[in-house]
Amino acid sequence: MTILIDNNTKVIIQGFTGKIGSFHASEMIKYGTRIVGGVTPGKGGQTHLGLPVFNTVKDAVEQTEAVSSILFVPPAFAADSAMEAADAGIKVCIAITDGIPSHDMIKVKRYMRRYAKNEKMTLIGPNCAGVISPGKALLGIMPGHIYLEGQVGIIGRSGTLGYEAAQQMKDLGIGVSTSVGIGGDPINGSSFKDILEKFEEDKNTKAILMIGEIGGPQEVEAGKFAKENMSKPVIAYIAGLTAPKGRVMGHAGAIVSAYGESAVEKVELLKECGVLISKNPSVMGESVKQALKGI
Amino acid sequence: MVVKAQIHSGARGKAGGIILCDSELEVAQATDRLLGKKLVTNQTGPHGKIINRVYIEEATQIEQELYLGLVFDRGSECIMVVASTEGGMSVEEISQQMPESIIRSKIEVAVGMQEFQAREISFNLGISPNLISRMSKVIIACYRVFSELDATMVEINPLVISKENDVLALDCKMSFDNNALFRRNRISELRDKSQENESEIYAADRGLNYIDLDGNIGNIINGAGLAMASMDMIKLAGGEPANFLDVGGGATPEKIVKAFKLITSDKKVKVILVNIFAGINRCDWVAEGIVLALQKIKISMPLIIRLAGTNVEEGNKILEESGINYIAATTLQDAANKAVKALKNLDNNS
Repeated sequence: MTILIDNNTKVIIQGFTGKIGSFHASEMIKYGTRIVGGVTPGKGGQTHLGLPVFNTVKDAVEQTEAVSSILFVPPAFAADSAMEAADAGIKVCIAITDGIPSHDMIKVKRYMRRYAKNEKMTLIGPNCAGVISPGKALLGIMPGHIYLEGQVGIIGRSGTLGYEAAQQMKDLGIGVSTSVGIGGDPINGSSFKDILEKFEEDKNTKAILMIGEIGGPQEVEAGKFAKENMSKPVIAYIAGLTAPKGRVMGHAGAIVSAYGESAVEKVELLKECGVLISKNPSVMGESVKQALKGI
Repeated sequence: MVVKAQIHSGARGKAGGIILCDSELEVAQATDRLLGKKLVTNQTGPHGKIINRVYIEEATQIEQELYLGLVFDRGSECIMVVASTEGGMSVEEISQQMPESIIRSKIEVAVGMQEFQAREISFNLGISPNLISRMSKVIIACYRVFSELDATMVEINPLVISKENDVLALDCKMSFDNNALFRRNRISELRDKSQENESEIYAADRGLNYIDLDGNIGNIINGAGLAMASMDMIKLAGGEPANFLDVGGGATPEKIVKAFKLITSDKKVKVILVNIFAGINRCDWVAEGIVLALQKIKISMPLIIRLAGTNVEEGNKILEESGINYIAATTLQDAANKAVKALKNLDNNS
């Protein structure tokens, strides 16, 4: 089992015919993801990469029975596309787009409140690397081959730091059930806690590696959730020990503006919640290995 | 009259950037004293910020100083109004010294700020009833600025009640969402490059994510998270990073050339650490980019390169066979250790 996606998930691509959308669509198809079409307004009726293009997400869902979408739409239009996906009945939408204004993301979150919990779309990202269930499906921009199939869940904000972790784990023979990039923006679709909740329910996931960073309250909230509600070990690394206060470290959300948002403070607060800490980014794989021994 | 230095920093008063004057002559003298000087406050860092403008206004007879700030509350994903009766101090100082004076009000963005919310904040500030409607208007106006201009912070400190019973903003600080500048041309036009670090402007204009820091190990990394992690490793190995630099996940040869130019122009830098995790952009391609960059830019200081990910063996082979002078590293830890060691060797030899 996996969370969010598997080899049966039918996927459409929003922003299908653009350069980036096309490139990653081919990579995902190669990996075995069931891409069934895409959406580019105005290009409906055309065929791209041998797949149908639709004008609206609604058309695409009706005709392909897609349940997931991945979004490569440019930042100025991406929030609109995410809301369109939610309205069309998409269950999981992964927003890769970097650079969406925070005010737009807040609007998306409010828009999605109209749906009952069981009808609500799960939004992952934006500004993320996507989701991969190794050996089953890839809905993202990560290199599939660095992930070994296995039983450890990964949740992270950063793309390349997540790859680093997956590679370290692979080198130690540790595989991944699903890896979820929740993105580096201050307002995101799913938080660390949202994804921890899904991993706790997933029978195939034995432990979870959480790769956080400075800024915002989400890592600590996830720690509290783990303490109160989780039976599985959670291992965390928090990046940004050397980050100066008040500066945005690449990711729009990576900024220390309040107590509890620096790397040192987050590590302390997570320790109090019983989360296992990976002391440095070079030993993330090793820390997971130690945690697995304890099960 | 008051002469106020206009720089991108708070805490100007304590640093001598705000001068109270009794005559026109004193205004002229104060202006002379400030213009063209660098003002160092506890927010500017040791280099300070240059004063190119001053603001001259009538001195206000202050009855009461208040604090008013609006920020995104990332926990509730609402806009949060923070107010306090203890204006004049920074919000950090207020929350440390007078936490009970802080009033918080969460505004639901879907419907915006309601008048009763502004009124409530005003009453909680304890100001006299005849000023409530005036104060509420100011608070609602700040909310409009925040939501209509894609702000991430609006702060008036101090917001004062004058002896003449007027509500006045004696200072204002705003931050805007970089991601929204494409639709806020009037805000973009206000950008004042004289207040920014030169290297940071150079980087931003070339699509690099760069922050200048105080250490001496320069680094070039792909991805913001990996960049922060690599800096952490440098610190844990006993060194100090000279910068944060994310060339983007793809690490294209063009970006790598620009990154080398930027780092080598930084006089603090004594050792360079390159750490690239190549995914879909394979290591062999990244290695070719590095070799190309080093043909264009001569580097006379120790250079540590760590490649990881797709086709790492091919990538390392290209580097080895290229004849460039570098120290190869395998893991993050190895790279950081070698960078710190190279630095120590330099110090020992000098």
